[in-house]
Amino acid sequence: MTMTAGSTESPTESFRAELRGWLEENCPEEMRDGGLTEDAICWGGKDWVFTSEAQELWLKRCAAKGYTVPTWPVEYGGAGLSREQEKVFDEEMARINARSPLESFGIWMLGPALLHFGTHEQKLHYLPPVARGEVRWCQGYSEPGAGSDLANVQTKGEDKGDHWLVNGQKIWTSYADKADWIFALIRTDKDAPKHKGISFLLCSMEQAGVETRPIKMISGVSPFCETFFTDAVIPKEQIVGEENKGWDVAKYLLTHEREMISGGGAGLSGGGRALGAVLADTMDVLDANTRADAMRCEVDALAIGLTLERYKDQSEAGQGAGDASAMLKYMGTELNKQRHELMMNAGGSDALEWDGPLGNRAGDWLRTKANSIEGGTSEVMLSIVSRRVLGLPG
Amino acid sequence: MVKLVMTEEETMLADMARGFLDGAAPVGKLREMRDAGMTHDAALWKEMADMGWAGVLVPEAAGGSDMGFAAANVIAREMGKTLAVSPFLSTAVIAATALRQVSDTRATAALAKIASGDVTYALAVDESVKFDPDAVQMQAKRDGNGFRLSGKKQFVVDGSLADRVLVLARTDNGLTLFDIPADRAGVSREASSMIDARDAARITFENVEATGEDVLGAVDSAMDVLKPALNAGQAALAAEMTGLSAGAFGMTVDYLKERKQFGVEIGRFQALQHRAAHLWCEIEVTSSAILNAGRMLDEEPDNAEMAVSLAKARATNTAILAVQEGVQMHGGIGMTDAFDMGFYMKRARVGAEWLGDYSYHAEVVAKHRGF
Ligand SMILES: Cc1cc2nc3c(=O)[nH]c(=O)nc-3n(C[C@H](O)[C@H](O)[C@H](O)COP(=O)(O)OP(=O)(O)OC[C@H]3O[C@@H](n4cnc5c(N)ncnc54)[C@H](O)[C@@H]3O)c2cc1C
Ligand SMILES: Cc1cc2nc3c(=O)[nH]c(=O)nc-3n(C[C@H](O)[C@H](O)[C@H](O)COP(=O)(O)OP(=O)(O)OC[C@H]3O[C@@H](n4cnc5c(N)ncnc54)[C@H](O)[C@@H]3O)c2cc1C
Repeated sequence: MTMTAGSTESPTESFRAELRGWLEENCPEEMRDGGLTEDAICWGGKDWVFTSEAQELWLKRCAAKGYTVPTWPVEYGGAGLSREQEKVFDEEMARINARSPLESFGIWMLGPALLHFGTHEQKLHYLPPVARGEVRWCQGYSEPGAGSDLANVQTKGEDKGDHWLVNGQKIWTSYADKADWIFALIRTDKDAPKHKGISFLLCSMEQAGVETRPIKMISGVSPFCETFFTDAVIPKEQIVGEENKGWDVAKYLLTHEREMISGGGAGLSGGGRALGAVLADTMDVLDANTRADAMRCEVDALAIGLTLERYKDQSEAGQGAGDASAMLKYMGTELNKQRHELMMNAGGSDALEWDGPLGNRAGDWLRTKANSIEGGTSEVMLSIVSRRVLGLPG
Repeated sequence: MVKLVMTEEETMLADMARGFLDGAAPVGKLREMRDAGMTHDAALWKEMADMGWAGVLVPEAAGGSDMGFAAANVIAREMGKTLAVSPFLSTAVIAATALRQVSDTRATAALAKIASGDVTYALAVDESVKFDPDAVQMQAKRDGNGFRLSGKKQFVVDGSLADRVLVLARTDNGLTLFDIPADRAGVSREASSMIDARDAARITFENVEATGEDVLGAVDSAMDVLKPALNAGQAALAAEMTGLSAGAFGMTVDYLKERKQFGVEIGRFQALQHRAAHLWCEIEVTSSAILNAGRMLDEEPDNAEMAVSLAKARATNTAILAVQEGVQMHGGIGMTDAFDMGFYMKRARVGAEWLGDYSYHAEVVAKHRGF
């Protein structure tokens, strides 16, 4: 909707022309199917097994141009694109229905946090391998007693001079069994008030004393794990930000995580396929109720997509976006759940089989139920808005 | 590729409008007018014209301020916050946009009169309870060099007091838009007693004479002229309704901080906090659709239809929610006429219907999205 076909002489348009040419030449045919399913995603990492030659080629070519992380600075593995150019990039990728070359917690979460809080050396050390898809990260925030009340984390790090000795347990750690590194919230001062005794530490998953145990999810797969730290050594230089000020880093990272989750599966940004079209794949004629529900979801999806764009434009223009991420996360994930309910509805009994005629539709549907839990629940998002935006008491 | 940020000029325009409207057209002004049985305040409209609002879409050459559609939306939104009564949408947005599609001297003269606040317009399309221009049945029969118009229109907003009426009627091979003075022989107007205390009318046309001069644009091609005007009007109405939502919401949040029950402010109850937070989220999301519609109308008017319908669909649902929550969270006092929330609720309902309801616009969006 926000696309211009015109070929004016502006720098943005010449970037578009150049990019279009590059994509035409470099994006393999097999990578032009939108990549909407879970198995289409390339997560990267030391142990990653590419699902096809095309997937590997596409990642390598994009990484060489900085296109896995288009807006990161060139020296850290990105392409240094401006906001204007990023819009063009998104539009041109969507135009040919190109898959994203790489997705990862390193890109969505750690990267933004390091870019903001890391030292130059840390950025140079950690970011380019993320951009190339060589190192896969996982997130060690939640614990059995620290979910919504995240600042209640108890996994502790004892100061041993040049390192911390870490003991405790994390839970719901997505892909911990497949990740190479973890960023974790560790209590480094047990006497301070709960928000003021936490540090943001980085740890290799190969470190002695770090173990994972997968947990099976309702959708039948085991994407998340328990993660145990038993006398694990984390060197002092592997801290992001200051000691006991990890909560600031954690919160900043969460705003990026929430934005990502809000737009993620929902296909909300410009290029996403219309829900009605997706439904029509399985339902020759949409019945009146389904169509009406699909229309409402489509109207909301487009408006939420525009809101994502608006906040990006505003933050680029230096107009503070405040706690927009809580709003986007709440609205985007609640909508995504509704969309998947509709897809199940449209699929009828075909949708009820594991790996049936509609592939993994049921698994995808079940997975979306986590969207309004992971990264902070919908209720927590509403409480954030209520307190910080509306200034309501309590 | 439109940019979704308010420009500095737009922010200044909003601040200025707010300052003016808080003084000249707070909700109390609507109440006064309602109690006095008034639906138009000519002096207020003149002041708005002097600030360039009547000419917001009129070219500078014709004496307008020509600020564009996004700016018109900014003004409409501020008006909505305090339910300011004016012919802004009918005259400055809809009629001006229609006239602008025609580049003859008569249209230029008409635009100049709009800009100076010397003429007001109403748009007469509806013939049944729902907006549907394609279904118009009113006839304009050929009669010598001219036409004879016969038929009935309803829900003609600003129609009982407007100086001129833009009428949509069926001609031999399509629809034609006529621009005729409201006092022409054969036109009879009956003011409707509207829930929002604003002007609307049922208008009967009995063999009303119209010449070729009275045709706006070309015969049988009304939509060339009317479609841009409808887009502009729908977007500005959506902006007004979003302002209305923000106004009702602001009152509600203030009340949550003030009203005590069970010994504490009711805003401490999470049941209310989460509903208020949800409403805020809806208003934010709708605001993006409004901004986008204004940008698209200014920058890519030929591709703006979906953006406009998206804005009107969202604005309608958001406003309905905002006023329902507004009354509910005020408890008993929200139900009283002495309290302003009822005015918001009634205007929201009228805005929801005018120029196409939620379903009408959601259908437009769905068609653009291919289903
Ligand atoms: C698929 C999935 C992947 C995940 N991946 C990761 C990961 O990679 N790394 C990681 O660290 N964590 C991860 N999580 C954990 C996630 O962040 C937590 O599940 C989430 O923060 C909620 O915590 P909890 O499960 O302890 O629920 P609880 O906090 O116990 O909440 C239970 C219910 O109570 C409600 N509630 C709690 N407090 C309040 C309150 N104050 N007011 C109103 N309602 C309240 C909640 O909204 C929820 O509905 C993942 C979770 C899922 C489901
Ligand atoms: C048409 C009408 C007829 C009526 N007739 C009668 C009558 O005949 N006799 C009579 O005695 N009364 C009557 N009432 C009064 C009615 O019972 C009260 O209006 C009602 O109990 C609400 O009280 P309130 O207006 O003080 O609102 P408040 O109690 O101030 O409530 C304001 C808002 O806060 C919410 N709220 C309050 N406390 C909590 C909480 N703990 N948790 C969550 N939310 C909370 C409420 O749900 C409401 O949304 C009538 C009211 C109306 C509108």
